[in-house]
Amino acid sequence: MRFKGGVLAALAATAMTFGTSAVQAKELFLYNWANYFPPDLIEKFESETGIDVTLDVYDSNETMLAKLQAGAAGYDIVFPSGYMVDVMREEDLAMKIDTAELPNFKNVQSPHDSPSYDPSREYSAPYMWGTTGLAYDTAKAPELDETWEEYFKPRDELKGKIAALNDQVEMYNAAARYLGIDVCTEDPAQAQKILDLLMAQKPHLALYSSTGTIDRMVAGEVVMHHMWNGAAHRAKEQRESITYIYPKEGLAFWSDNMVVPKDAPNPENAKTFINWMMDPQNAAVATNYTGYMNAIAGSGEYLDESLKSDPAVNMPKEYADRLRPSKECSTAARELRDKVWTTLKK
Amino acid sequence: MLAALRRSQLAQRTALLAPSLAIIGGFMVLPLILMAYVSILEKGTHGGVEWGTYSAEAYIKFLFERDLMGSLSVNADYLQIFLRSFVLSGVTVLLALAIGFPTALYIALQDDRWYRNLLVFMVTIPFWTNLLVRNYAWIILLRNNGLIDNAAAWLGLTQEPIDVLYTPFAIGVGLTYSFLPFMVLPIYASLEKLDLRLVEAAFDLGADRRRALARIVVPLALPGIIAGCILVFVPCLGAYVTPELLGGSKSLMIGNLIQNQFGAARNWPFGAALGFALLAIVLLAMMAYALRFRRAPGGGT
Repeated sequence: MRFKGGVLAALAATAMTFGTSAVQAKELFLYNWANYFPPDLIEKFESETGIDVTLDVYDSNETMLAKLQAGAAGYDIVFPSGYMVDVMREEDLAMKIDTAELPNFKNVQSPHDSPSYDPSREYSAPYMWGTTGLAYDTAKAPELDETWEEYFKPRDELKGKIAALNDQVEMYNAAARYLGIDVCTEDPAQAQKILDLLMAQKPHLALYSSTGTIDRMVAGEVVMHHMWNGAAHRAKEQRESITYIYPKEGLAFWSDNMVVPKDAPNPENAKTFINWMMDPQNAAVATNYTGYMNAIAGSGEYLDESLKSDPAVNMPKEYADRLRPSKECSTAARELRDKVWTTLKK
Repeated sequence: MLAALRRSQLAQRTALLAPSLAIIGGFMVLPLILMAYVSILEKGTHGGVEWGTYSAEAYIKFLFERDLMGSLSVNADYLQIFLRSFVLSGVTVLLALAIGFPTALYIALQDDRWYRNLLVFMVTIPFWTNLLVRNYAWIILLRNNGLIDNAAAWLGLTQEPIDVLYTPFAIGVGLTYSFLPFMVLPIYASLEKLDLRLVEAAFDLGADRRRALARIVVPLALPGIIAGCILVFVPCLGAYVTPELLGGSKSLMIGNLIQNQFGAARNWPFGAALGFALLAIVLLAMMAYALRFRRAPGGGT
């Protein structure tokens, strides 16, 4: 491994920073998205700090929230998306950890040092960020325009060969953006338009699924997939002809964070971990594994070449104005969204 | 003396029953009460519930729809989802029975005890692997460019891709496969005890094979058949991995619907109410079934 040089330095730094305060058990319990944290990075952390790490996984922000609300205790760090950080703060589930005062916070790049959901980074630290767009196989389709139209009103040769994400938030928002409607609309007439679009699209879809997306594209089971950019990158590594598009009507831009739950058993170990993850070398290992960008300055030089050269991961500057940060909708808007989803699939 | 003995017997019986009562109470009755309680609470803004604030909204929502003016109209969406799950479970039961009964009969009729045990053992082998993994295996088998598709094309049986994955047919295959052992094992258990002399007597009295099967074997195996049907039907109702993976998730099942309420929709009371409605329907169906069939074995069919 080419990271070995920094191990001792990092170890010394960590020991100096936190050596005095650690009187807790040498344990750390992570609750993260599935397939979203490199196993060798856990081993590296364990060997450098002597803290034992246990990893549990979930498949959506809502699963994680429901578990914490149901009183699941014992997690030291969870990895919510931006809007979910808001919810956790409102629900009083997040612990104030003053990330901005950790030594490695100086590495955090703008705008991730001051996101709307936690402007002075008191409760959260950045992990990965990415986009949700469209991936398709250029070997099996003509060149497609950069628009959601290719997905919602597909050309004849793509009909029946398209996979959608089985995620009501992503699907509803993509449809709303295509139609130029606010994703948090409370107007039933607008929700009806979204439903009409989704209903018209349904017969042309092969399936809805948020799991196994990479394999499905690599095996050639479908030609187009509503997909996260990191997944598109990992699919491309196994099948050259896969490409990712940034639809011009706007696409979801999300960022996942590290948050310490209020009742975490080992908050100091959690802070050690968060500081350690804001180190450029460690953040780069995570990016090389997940295919998503981190928010740490200086990690670029440790990245795999294939990541740097893939526009799906290393977004060309001209697409920047197409990104739409995720936001938390009102109860009324959420109810409309759920009604649309249930009707779509009844 | 006798009274004291009886009292001590009573105490002994109570003591022996206590552990199982405690387990049923702690792990079944209490959670059910909690679920019923959550279903009549007001939902929290971000999921969860408002403890102590009561509302019947969850049950109203199951059957009715509130329009913008606040007036109610009947909404059959959720009933339709329930109906789909019931139909799918029913079809699975029939398929599993059609395959499972002959299988169980074949196993029960083997003379070689060792061979018979081997066959029973083989029925249980699928349980060694996780259900999710087995469903993924079906994806690899059934998909276009998959094993079956490629084999059929190679043999010249098909020119086009077979297109069976993500259809109701694939769901049927997956569910029947998943629950088949639950049908075979109870039927085998009751057939194994079958006294073959009764079948011989039927032949002696002039019955042909079909008549002997219908009048002797099936009635005697009925408890096993009923147990098998229930064991397949009930878990099938809650199955949602198979429809999601093999059916392409184009239509909601009860399981997906309930999961949505605790996830993206953040409506815990409604999720609890849906769970309760399902439980009530299943219990009523089972009771009707039990009452109807209680008379059957003794009734001189």
